[in-house]
Amino acid sequence: MSASSNSNWDRRTVLRAAMGLAAAGGLAACGSNTGRGSGGSGDGLVQYFHAYGEAGVEQAVKRYAKAYKETSVTTQWITGNNFEQKLFAALLTKNAPDVFEFHPQIQLIKSGQVADLTDIIEPVKSDFNQADIKSHTVDGKIYGVRMIDDPQFFFYRPSLFEKAKVEVPTTLEELIEAAAKLKTGKVKGAYLGNDLTPVQHSLIWSAGADTLTADNKPAFNTDAVADGLKQLRGLFTSGDLLLDAPADWWDPSAFTQGLTAIQWCGMWAMPAMQEALGDDIGVFPFPKVGSAGKESVYNGGWSMFVNAKGKNVEAAKEYVKWLWIDQKEYQEDFATSYGFHIPPRTSLAESASKLKSGLPAEGVKLFNEFGHFDNIGWTQAMIAAFNDVMANSVRKDGDPKAQLAACEKKVSTELQKLFG
Amino acid sequence: MSTTTTRGVASPAPAKVSKDRPRRGLKANSTFNFWLFTGPFLIGLVIFVFVPIGWSLYLSFFEARFTVTPSEFIGLDNYKQILSDTDFRNSLVTFTVFAAFIVPTTWALSLGLALLVNRLRFMRAFFRSVFFLPTAVSYAAAALIWKMSIFNGVRFGMANTFLGWFGIENIAWLGNPDPPWYWLVIVTVRLWLQSGFYMILFLAALQNIPRELYEAAAIDGAKPGWQTFRHITLPQLRATSTAVILLLLIAAYQAFDEFFILLGKATWGMPPLVELYKMALGENQNYGAGSAGALILTALICLVTLFQGKIMGFGRGDESQ
Repeated sequence: MSASSNSNWDRRTVLRAAMGLAAAGGLAACGSNTGRGSGGSGDGLVQYFHAYGEAGVEQAVKRYAKAYKETSVTTQWITGNNFEQKLFAALLTKNAPDVFEFHPQIQLIKSGQVADLTDIIEPVKSDFNQADIKSHTVDGKIYGVRMIDDPQFFFYRPSLFEKAKVEVPTTLEELIEAAAKLKTGKVKGAYLGNDLTPVQHSLIWSAGADTLTADNKPAFNTDAVADGLKQLRGLFTSGDLLLDAPADWWDPSAFTQGLTAIQWCGMWAMPAMQEALGDDIGVFPFPKVGSAGKESVYNGGWSMFVNAKGKNVEAAKEYVKWLWIDQKEYQEDFATSYGFHIPPRTSLAESASKLKSGLPAEGVKLFNEFGHFDNIGWTQAMIAAFNDVMANSVRKDGDPKAQLAACEKKVSTELQKLFG
Repeated sequence: MSTTTTRGVASPAPAKVSKDRPRRGLKANSTFNFWLFTGPFLIGLVIFVFVPIGWSLYLSFFEARFTVTPSEFIGLDNYKQILSDTDFRNSLVTFTVFAAFIVPTTWALSLGLALLVNRLRFMRAFFRSVFFLPTAVSYAAAALIWKMSIFNGVRFGMANTFLGWFGIENIAWLGNPDPPWYWLVIVTVRLWLQSGFYMILFLAALQNIPRELYEAAAIDGAKPGWQTFRHITLPQLRATSTAVILLLLIAAYQAFDEFFILLGKATWGMPPLVELYKMALGENQNYGAGSAGALILTALICLVTLFQGKIMGFGRGDESQ
C-alpha cells in the first residue's frame, strides 16, 4: 500500500476509535444508572431475576425488596431467553449479583460460586417439601432456598377433544394419533415449544429412563428413549405440530388464541388460560413412551442463591432469610397472585386456597403423582448437550442412537470434571 | 507504530513556541493539534480494542475456564482443540455459504436501488431517505420482527398468509431445517437492513462520474442503457464496488445478532461468532478456547481482506480515477 493510503487508514482508525469511545461512554452511562448506592450507603444488594411473563411479578419483586429495611436491594430484571448465559457471565465480573434465582446445579457448588445456606434453612427444614430440600443438598449442606415449584405438563381443550372424538392420551402413540385427529385447517394438533426442548426431560422419564443414575452416571441412553425420539420425529414431520409460534411454550398465547388443541406449558399459565378459555381446559402428564414407561411431569421451579464470591455475603444471606424464609405473606403472594406456582413450604401449600379446587388442584395432583424434581448433578452443560439431541434427531433426521451416544460422551466428560 | 512515537515526542516542543505567538503557533502546529484531537480517541482505542485483543492472545495460551485471570499455561492446546472442533469448522463453512448468498445480492440490490434513485427527477430525497431508513434499525429488533410477525409459522404470519392465498400449507420457516427456509429469513433481514446504506455509497459514486464521459460515449455511438452501464458506469464504480464488497465480507464474518435470535437452540446455521459465543460464554465458559478461535477468525479476516485487496486493487482506486 502506498503512503497516502496509509494515512487514509489512520483517519479511519481514528474514526473507529471515536465510535468505540462513544459506545463505551454509552455503556458507562448505563452502568452508572443501576441504582446502586442511591440509598447513600453505597453497598446495597443486587438481585437477578429472569423475566416472569405474568403481569405484576416484576413490580411485586421490587415491592418486596423495597420493604426490606436493613439495606437497599436493587432488582435486575433479565429479559431474553438466555438467562443462564447472562447470569453465568455476570457472576465472573465485579458487577455480579449478590443474590440470584436459578435452578440447583452442582457446578455452582463445586466452583464455590454459591454460599452454604444450611444455617438459615435448618430451623424450618421440616416445613419444606422434602424433595426440594434433597435437590438442593450436597454432602449434607443446603445451597439454595426454593421459592416456587413449577410443574410442567400438557394442557388441552376438552371441547375440541369431544368434537374430534379423542380420548386423553396415555401413550406417546395415542398423543400422536390425537394430534392428527385434532388438526383442522385452522388449529394444529399439539404444541411442544418451538424447538421441542421443553419436553426433553419428560421424554426421558416417560420412557422409564432417567437423566442420571443415583451414583451420577448417564442413564438416558436407552432403546426406549431412542424409540421415543423416533416417534417425536414422526410427529414433527407430520404437519400436525404447531411450529414457529410467535410466543414460545412458556406463554399460553398459542393455546388461548386457538392455534393448538394441546400445549406443553406450566402451572404458572393457568390464570391467563382460565381468563381466556374459562372451564374449557384440562391437563395431563407426558404420556408413556414404550411398554416399560410411566407418565411423567417435570417439577421445575426457581430457587434463591447467594453469591459466595460477592462482597456482601452475610447481608445477602440475611435478605434471603428475611424474604424467602420469614415473610410468608410475600411468599404466598409470589406463588399465587400472578401466575400459579406451588409453594415449596408445606404450611403455605396447605393454606393456599387458590390451589385447592378446579384446574389448579388437578395440577397439584399431577405434581404429586407423576412429578420428577431437578437432579442437582444434571447441569446446564448436560441440558445443552441434550438440547442438541432434540435438534439433531427430532428437528433433523439424525439417528437417535448415534445422537444419544454422542450426548452420553459429552455428559460423561462433564461428570468426570464434577465428580472425578 | 514507530512513526507515531516520534510524533508524540516531537509534540511538546512546538507547544512552547505557541506561548509567544499563540495565533501563528496554533496554525503552524498541526502535529500538536492532531494529537490534541485524536489523543482521547486513540486512548479509547488502546483501552477498548488493543488491550482486549492482547488479553485474548494471553488467554488463548491458558486453561481459562470460568475465569479471565487464568494461571495454567497450556501452550497451543486451545488452538489444537478449536481447530479439531467440527462445530467450529462447520461454522466456517456456514459463513462461506452465507457470504456467497449475501455479498453478491446486497451488492446488486444496493447498486440497483442507487441507479433507480439516481434517475428520479422528483422526490429523490424522499426515496433516498426511505431506502436508507432501515440502516437505523438494530439487527436484534429487525430479527424479532422477521421472526415473530413476518416469518412465524402460524396461519396469520405474513409470509404464510400470502402463501395461504395460493392454497399452500403453512411453513415452519425457522423450526424445520429441511428444506432450509431459515436462510431465506436470514438473508432477507440482512438485505433489508444493509442495502440502504450501501445504496448511499453507490449514489455518491454515481454522482461523481463526470457527465462528459457519457456525452463522449454517446458521440462515439454507445447506446444508452446496458452498453453505457457496462462500459462507463460500472468501471467508474470500481473503487466503490471494491470497498462495498470488502465491507460486506467483513460484516458477514461478524454476523451474530440475527443468527443468535432467529435460530435459538439449533445445531445448524451457526456462523463463527455464534459458535465462539457458545464456547466462551455458554455453559462451558471456556475463555481460552474461545479466544483462540477469535484470533484464528481475526487472522482469517485479515488474510481474506489482503487477498481481496490484491485481486481487486483496493487503494489503487485513487490513481485509476
